[in-house]
Amino acid sequence: MNEDLLRVSDLRVSFRVGGLSARLAGRATEIEAVSGVSFTLQRGSTFALVGESGSGKTTLARTLNGLQPVKAGTIVFEGQELQGLSNAAMKPVRRRMPMMFQDPVGSLSPRLSVRSLLSEPFVIHGLSDRDLNAEVTRLLALVGLPRDFADRYPHQLSGGQARRVGVARAIALDPVLVVADEPTAGLDVSVQGEVLNLLNDLRDRMGLSMLIITHNLHVVRQIADRMAVMYLGRFVEQGETEAIFRAPHHPYTAALLSANPEPDPDRVHQRITLPADVPSLLARPSGCEFHTRCPQAEGRCALDVPVPASVGDSRLTCHFPLNT
Amino acid sequence: MTVLAIKDLSVAFHTESGRLEALKQVSFSVAANRSVGVVGESGCGKSTLINAILGLLADNGEILSGEIIFEGDKDLARLDPTAMRGLRGQRIATVFQDPMGALNPVLSVGRQMRDIQYRSGLSKRDKDARSVAMLRKVRIPDPESRLTQFPHEFSGGMKQRIAIAMALMMEPALLIADEPTTALDATLEVATIELLKDLQRDIGCSVLFISHHLGVIAELCDEMIVMYAGEVVESGTTREIFHDARHPYTQKLLACDPARLSQRVPRLPTIAGTLPDLRRRPSGCVFQPRCDRADAQCLTTPPSAPVGGSHIAHCWHSDVPLGAMSA
Repeated sequence: MNEDLLRVSDLRVSFRVGGLSARLAGRATEIEAVSGVSFTLQRGSTFALVGESGSGKTTLARTLNGLQPVKAGTIVFEGQELQGLSNAAMKPVRRRMPMMFQDPVGSLSPRLSVRSLLSEPFVIHGLSDRDLNAEVTRLLALVGLPRDFADRYPHQLSGGQARRVGVARAIALDPVLVVADEPTAGLDVSVQGEVLNLLNDLRDRMGLSMLIITHNLHVVRQIADRMAVMYLGRFVEQGETEAIFRAPHHPYTAALLSANPEPDPDRVHQRITLPADVPSLLARPSGCEFHTRCPQAEGRCALDVPVPASVGDSRLTCHFPLNT
Repeated sequence: MTVLAIKDLSVAFHTESGRLEALKQVSFSVAANRSVGVVGESGCGKSTLINAILGLLADNGEILSGEIIFEGDKDLARLDPTAMRGLRGQRIATVFQDPMGALNPVLSVGRQMRDIQYRSGLSKRDKDARSVAMLRKVRIPDPESRLTQFPHEFSGGMKQRIAIAMALMMEPALLIADEPTTALDATLEVATIELLKDLQRDIGCSVLFISHHLGVIAELCDEMIVMYAGEVVESGTTREIFHDARHPYTQKLLACDPARLSQRVPRLPTIAGTLPDLRRRPSGCVFQPRCDRADAQCLTTPPSAPVGGSHIAHCWHSDVPLGAMSA
């Protein structure tokens, strides 16, 4: 249980931007979407990534799956280094670490029946000699869909049902780690609960580990043992979910938690309002990159880059951590 | 004064597999300077409701009965297309979920804001001055220089604020906001809600706010209606509904919101069963097949039971308060 399943160290992923004209004009031609991320995920646990759109969550997940080249750093999964592996070498890894993409209906091919969608993983991984009909029936039962759904097409499924098919595809080949990008975005609250219950069940039953990306903090609290908060491609705080919810140390985490709208019209909010807009990755702020929006920022925050430090069980990058 | 009064509105779509009743006898009103929230899950008729108000129902859609009275004298259910066109964007404005879809990617923001004012009769310079003032109101920094920029040069939160600025440009009487914060993360979501509240006070318009996010409705709206399968099942002030919901569906919906749970629970609450097929509505109460309080009388149409004040639950068992609900 306490074994490291996935260890990511100082991971960097970059994209080229602008063209020749930008290069000739001497402007930045590269953005680092993931910029020095380190974390470990233990077998059987769930890790959540939160952060606003554009903070690098999806890029990080895609890189783990080999869908985006690593610029620097290491990814060690089940003792094997993944950075630099060829597509062919990644294939058996993806069987152990499948990915569930955003948009439950959009991530299923509209021209394939549920039966074909659920057989596909077996065919891709050269296991078509198995009794595919039996596998389809087994998978449908696992995710709580009736047997006759095998003959439906994605457009005949509701969002929640399509998401269940996505889950079934991900667990088809007995993986150890499922990477789920926004597994409940766009689903109604009652359906969201069903999907999260299903994921929690499968984790307990199959001993799965999960890496979940979401911007819904309420979801994080219900599913993740540990969490990390991303800002401009870096982890500004990571630690145990409950501890972070109780007492966030980074001002950005505190602002995110305080901004979570709650269903009580009489609640008096002690909101931490963040000024200005999110800086561009092309022009990262100096010093602590959060200083342009941080309510606590002082002079040195604009100058010195904070080094990652441990506060209790959490790791964070801040000169003036809260709740210490 | 009442800006929008909807009475007994029923809308059906004619499909290959039969007639689908998407809205059934929907009634509610929006008073001047008030915000009314519409809550409900996918398939409850929120989008049909907006399209019916805007006169934008698909070709196979038909208003079966009822009226949509706007500003006291115009029935939008029967207004001719030309008159309707004069209202849209001028007296009734909309903000949608995806700001990129609302902005034209190949025209500068300034050009688009000028185009909206085509009926104002102002000079180009005056139109631009108004655009700048409006962008300043939605807190876009340095608005003069940003008029020449294109939508992709703004962040997601800024694009949504520009869409709001454009919607409120002509000082409409009614703003219809359809999930305007769903695509934004928590900090931007709260900032957008605060902005909408301020602007509403400034401009003095009414807001019809559609969302499936209960927390957002609780923060922004004065009153709310809860919809299920095309019917209004409960309506009242936001406070009445959040503190004293009486319809079993509303109670279950509120219980499902993970925001209500202050700690981790082994199983998240869900609503058993599925939405009924709207081509074959269940007899009596529409929620009866999924309701654990259902009995024989629920097979007949439930009454509009007054709970107190403006609070109404359409249920035979509306005497069971929220706290007494079994999980």
